[in-house]
Amino acid sequence: MPMQASEIEKMIKAALPDAEVFITDLAGDGDHYRAQVISEAFRGKSRVAQHQLVYSALGGNVGGVLHALALETAPPETA
Amino acid sequence: MNAPAQTSSAIDRIKQDVAENDVVLFMKGTPNAPQCGFSGQLAKILSYLEVPYKGVNVLADPEIRDGVKQFANWPTIPQLYVKGEFVGGCDIVTEMFQSGELASHLESVGVSVKTPPKQG
Repeated sequence: MPMQASEIEKMIKAALPDAEVFITDLAGDGDHYRAQVISEAFRGKSRVAQHQLVYSALGGNVGGVLHALALETAPPETA
Repeated sequence: MNAPAQTSSAIDRIKQDVAENDVVLFMKGTPNAPQCGFSGQLAKILSYLEVPYKGVNVLADPEIRDGVKQFANWPTIPQLYVKGEFVGGCDIVTEMFQSGELASHLESVGVSVKTPPKQG
C-alpha cells in the first residue's frame, strides 16, 4: 500500500523536529515522491549521512513500501 | 561453491568486490541492460565519463541485494562505490556528476575519467 505524503512528512518531523519538509508526488500514484528536507541536523554532515538520517526517520519504508523517494537535503541557510 | 551462500558470505563477496575493483556499481540489471531507470541513469553517467567499473546485478542474487543494503546502511539500489567507499545512490551521484564533483573525486583517487574536472 502506498504511503501518503502527509505520513512521510509526519515521520520525518518526528525524527527531525526542526525540519522543513516539502513533498512532491511525482507520478500522482502515491509511490514516487520527491522530498526536500531542510534541518539543522544536516549541518556539517556528508550528503550520504544526511540522506541516512531521513531514511532512518522513515523507519525502513524506503526501498520497501515507498518505492522511490528522491531526496534533497540541506541545512538551513545562515542569515 | 558447495555450501549455500549465507548473508554473511554475501557481505564477504560485497567486501571483496569493492576491494578488488576501483569502481563498483550495484544495480538492477546489467550496464548494457539496466532494468530500472535509476540504475540505468548511473550506468549512463559512468559510461559518459568512460570510467571502467564492475556492474553487479542485484536482481541475479537476492542475498547480494539484501546484503548491500545492510553493508552501506542504505535502503535502495543503485549504489556506487569508489575505492571501497560508498559514494551514494542515484540522487547524490547525479548531483555530484552535474556539479563536476564526481569527476574530480574519481581523479583525486586515481581513477581516470574522460571529462576533466572543472577548475576552481
